[in-house]
Amino acid sequence: MKKFIIAIVVLLAICAGLGLGSHELTKSTGDSSSKVLNLYNWGDYIDPSLLTKFQKETGYHVNVETFDSNEAMYTKIKQGGTNYDLTVPSDYMVQKMKADHMLIPLDKSKLTGMSHYGASFMNKSFDPGNRYSIPYFWGTLGIIYNDKYIKPGELTHWDQLWHSKYRNDIMLIDSARDIMGFSLISQGHSVNTTNTKELIAAKNKLNRLSPNVKAVVADEIKMYMAEGEAPIAVDWSGEATEMMSQNAHLHYVVPTEGSNMWFDNLVIPKTAKHFKAIYAFLNFMNKPENAAQNAKYIGYSTPNTDAYKLLPKSVRDNKQFYPPKQVLDKLEVYSNLSAKKVQQYNDLYLEFKMHH
Amino acid sequence: MKKSFRAMFYTPYMMWLALFVIAPVGLIVYYSFFNISHQFTFDNYATFFRSGTYLTMTANSVLYAFLITLISLLISYPMALVISKLKHRDLWILLVILPTWINLLLKAYAFIGLLSHDGLVNNLFELVGLPAQHMLFTDTSFILVASYIQIPFMILPIYNSLTDISDSYIKASHDLGATNWQTLTKIIIPMTMPGIKSGVQIVFIPSLSLFMLSRLIGGNKIITLGTAVEEHFLTTMNWGMGSTIGVVLIISMVIVMLFTNTKRKRGRN
Repeated sequence: MKKFIIAIVVLLAICAGLGLGSHELTKSTGDSSSKVLNLYNWGDYIDPSLLTKFQKETGYHVNVETFDSNEAMYTKIKQGGTNYDLTVPSDYMVQKMKADHMLIPLDKSKLTGMSHYGASFMNKSFDPGNRYSIPYFWGTLGIIYNDKYIKPGELTHWDQLWHSKYRNDIMLIDSARDIMGFSLISQGHSVNTTNTKELIAAKNKLNRLSPNVKAVVADEIKMYMAEGEAPIAVDWSGEATEMMSQNAHLHYVVPTEGSNMWFDNLVIPKTAKHFKAIYAFLNFMNKPENAAQNAKYIGYSTPNTDAYKLLPKSVRDNKQFYPPKQVLDKLEVYSNLSAKKVQQYNDLYLEFKMHH
Repeated sequence: MKKSFRAMFYTPYMMWLALFVIAPVGLIVYYSFFNISHQFTFDNYATFFRSGTYLTMTANSVLYAFLITLISLLISYPMALVISKLKHRDLWILLVILPTWINLLLKAYAFIGLLSHDGLVNNLFELVGLPAQHMLFTDTSFILVASYIQIPFMILPIYNSLTDISDSYIKASHDLGATNWQTLTKIIIPMTMPGIKSGVQIVFIPSLSLFMLSRLIGGNKIITLGTAVEEHFLTTMNWGMGSTIGVVLIISMVIVMLFTNTKRKRGRN
């Protein structure tokens, strides 16, 4: 017993020591000093060498903190006690944060290089006129297939997923909006529909997909696909990039009849303090060479058209990550639905998941 | 003097209970009466008991929890019996407890490595000449992995009650002409009933809401109440409905406790 108590006391002492040490360390970088920028970003979502370059050019040190879901980010900023200067919500979350008065409008007079962005990526429904947000990366929802089992060019439409030959072959990303979304598109409806009849029809159609569904999983889907656990998956283009870098047999397709288009955007939350640093950073990221470097590192599609021109030819010619205009025009961005409708989407989706 | 001394002892426990047991449960019950726009309502309960979705989900949860408990009991009892007879039984029981020191998620990932299409088990199958099987995302693999994780919690109480039985009972039963089987069914099992019951409680209740495993190993093809709670708190942010499911889970746990406890008392009298 005595030994046990001593062991516990020693462990606690070590923890306290480490805690104190890390407190001292974070204090020395200091988030309240004026030469810093507090960036609240998704995990591993910026090229670290750009941060060093930014500091060299402007003298501002960037503190990066990370989150793993829009909802987690929203809750943390809403609860207060943070001093983030910039954060990176997705499209619908921009709309939600705007509605909850959590964003500060961009001062356009302090921004340079906004002309580098392509017209297809600006002025979207979630933020008309880009009053609050600058697109950071964009992507689509699509189908990933393994060419060991599926012939290239065989899968080009959502409807083909229902084919009986893909029995127990498909993995879905666990996300109500996206799964309900592709079922809606396959029936020719909008991914933002609030029509209950259309939603129920979409769920009934999904129920018929059940025999083909191997699993409905979250982040693990990348690992499963990279290991060849299933021949087909429905997931976002960003995740597809990561899978494809691990397994050369994987390919990504955006169905031609349309899909969802998502945006991650830089916004200034109400908690911001270092406005000089914020605009220096935004202007720095607007520069095509920096945006291109970031896109090369992350592997997502950049909305910065001049940066796109600087990317290697193999990336530029990839029609699945930079689709031609006629596909681009069919892509729909999610709009923020009322809490009641979000609930309905999720309830129907839950019913689909329970269907065997 | 004596009274204040005693108060000094029990205030910390009372405060602990109030802060970490009563307050959270109270909050869950409180939240369960509010809808998504923070209005007081009984709708959450009405939704729960009227919708086929939640009722099937409850039935599913109970069924799977029952199967997991049954399988871990069937494996644990003989195992505890054997271990209690071994020479270095303390060492063996330590080996049984050892896996509980490893995080649940790590164990789940280890099983993914074992059961996946190109995993160890399929490699073994191929060595023996059997075709590769799809093992992940099946009911069987889910129940298997969940039982594996619960087995130590089942073995421990049974093992403790087995070691509590004095050898003289067994000797007496043999002296009076009972066979080994009769000794087991008439003496050992009835005397270890308290251990079995606490094992069942410890295993059954958490098994009702295993949401991590049902996703990682079951591929969300098995939806338990835990999955719904996770979704209501994280995705739809409908805390009211999530809390309602929580309350239903708490009540069913209380029922299981009452059920197993009263029987134990009767057995002793």
